[in-house]
Amino acid sequence: MAKDMIGNGPDLNSFDWADAFRLDRQLSEDERMLRDAAQVFAQDQLQPRVLQAYRDERADPDLFREMGDAGLLGVTIPEEYGGLGASYVTYGLIAREVERVDSGYRSMMSVQSSLVMYPIHAYGSEEQRQKYLPKLVSGELIGCFGLTEPDAGSDPAGMKTNAKKTANGYVLNGTKMWISNAPFADVFVIWAKSEAHDGKIRGFVLEKGMEGLSAPKISGKLSLRASTTGEIVMKDVAVGEKALLPNIEGLKGPFGCLNRARYGIAWGVLGAAEFCFHAARQYGLDRKQFDRPIAQTQLYQKKLADMETEISIGLQAALRVGQLLDEGQAAPEMISLIKRNNCGKALDIARHARDMHGGNGISDEFHVMRHMVNLETVNTYEGTHDVHALILGRAITGLQAFF
Amino acid sequence: MKVLVPVKRVVDYNVKVRIKADGSGVDLSNVKMSMNPFDEIAVEEAVRLKEAGKAEEVIVVSIGVKQAQETLRTALAMGADRAILVVAADDVYQDIEPLAVAKILKVVVDEEQPGLVLCGKQAIDNDVNATGQMLSALLGWSQATFASELDIDGDHATVKREVDGGLQTIKVKMPTIVTVDLRLNEPRYAKLPNIMKAKKKPLSEKTAASYGVDVSARLGIVSTVEPSTRKAGEIVGSADELVAKLKEAGVV
Repeated sequence: MAKDMIGNGPDLNSFDWADAFRLDRQLSEDERMLRDAAQVFAQDQLQPRVLQAYRDERADPDLFREMGDAGLLGVTIPEEYGGLGASYVTYGLIAREVERVDSGYRSMMSVQSSLVMYPIHAYGSEEQRQKYLPKLVSGELIGCFGLTEPDAGSDPAGMKTNAKKTANGYVLNGTKMWISNAPFADVFVIWAKSEAHDGKIRGFVLEKGMEGLSAPKISGKLSLRASTTGEIVMKDVAVGEKALLPNIEGLKGPFGCLNRARYGIAWGVLGAAEFCFHAARQYGLDRKQFDRPIAQTQLYQKKLADMETEISIGLQAALRVGQLLDEGQAAPEMISLIKRNNCGKALDIARHARDMHGGNGISDEFHVMRHMVNLETVNTYEGTHDVHALILGRAITGLQAFF
Repeated sequence: MKVLVPVKRVVDYNVKVRIKADGSGVDLSNVKMSMNPFDEIAVEEAVRLKEAGKAEEVIVVSIGVKQAQETLRTALAMGADRAILVVAADDVYQDIEPLAVAKILKVVVDEEQPGLVLCGKQAIDNDVNATGQMLSALLGWSQATFASELDIDGDHATVKREVDGGLQTIKVKMPTIVTVDLRLNEPRYAKLPNIMKAKKKPLSEKTAASYGVDVSARLGIVSTVEPSTRKAGEIVGSADELVAKLKEAGVV
């Protein structure tokens, strides 16, 4: 309690540059403990392997089991299906710790949790939940999410993938593009226009090994090289009635998933940004030119101050939206706001950090350029910076400017 | 056999501590606190004893402010079965001295009847290194301090101790008090699901007063100062120059 409330107003306290607004004190005991445990896992298990994985453009499928074993998958899934049953704030904090290492690793986790487990839990039958969720939580099964197509990105309603009714199920045809985890996935959540449902978009759960289903890897990525991305090609893939997610139809199905994932991204990118900020600060303190640390120059300090400001404000916004999600009070536009802001700001911070590292910033051993090129993807996927602006613009004006 | 593990909430070992302006102690405002690392090793050893079938129950106890509950939850997440929180202070700046801690622990031992008390050899905040020894005296039990290896066999324990000259192996009679050193084991990290499960494990709350122990300070702190900073060295060109410099400094 502030001692001197009379006359002089409340006391002022000291400033902690690494936690400007005392985020720590706004978290519950559980949230802090879970965050710390995720941080230890990320730093001990993920950080040591990221450099080589990135150089080799190779994601290790075993990583899912390791993440599952540590309890990082299915954070918000109820305990009865093997999940952690924790809050959305916790989910965000974990995403931040994983992305502090690499956006690709966080992507692998986001897809598994928000884009595969969430729809199976929220829209699936009890049988589907029992069948898939515990094994997705443990990492025994790897999941992927097929919405985007070669000709349907920001406009998913333009998708061509379709499901035709057969005597005892459906036949799916189409191609999905830029699908994280697809090449080694066991479970495919596929969104398709279903003829039997008036052409409305419906979700289907496909499994590896089905005839006509393939998932070739997309090579040559200059970003997110530590995670694997592929296509999903479906040529007359026959599935039973039980493959249909029964409890959702229309675009609100995939959007419901994406909203959860985007929320996690809004936290995650700040982990990457914090890494870059801390690295730039340390580099500036260590690197001496003109007989003094470069951190003792005004240009350098101005950049650090900008980084500190954006990260601190972004974290507060992410925490607020997380609390509202946990209370059932969050709106999709709030998620658009923080996804857009935090991705854009994190990318900007990473670019500056790369610059502040001078020539060394080019080397992968300093990690900042890896974060920088990763964030180019994160700024684009799950709703580009510009498209989220249009979502906010529509909410502000009531006028849709997409088309 | 029950194993009792006392754990202390201290400033995290990664924190660069600062002295309060009035020199009365270390500044604890907004500083990360965590379990004393030596106590973590003690918890790990107790959990391993249970996993090896040599202990039935691991009970952790913390004495201090209410916030020590978090420290106990960490121990529960590592695998302890239940926890006892003894609230002995409201003020985070009030350090409960080893004798008071040992007296409270004696009552806990009388109530719980453990076959083994495993404690950290010292807490990293004040480095006193006395609680285990005092508890041994109060209980009239054997003690084995600075353990780097522990082997329990029936009514005896064989303990390898880290002493100044090297390693000493002793055999003590059970029940006993073992204070653990750094190299006994490498504590596990709590997995996230275990943190959630730890919330459901029993944690009972007591007060120092309910144990009839006076925790008021017997020691007064005269002053607290930061260690003096190391001055920059100087590179000399030759042995002669070195000798000259040493003479100049008045050390030879």
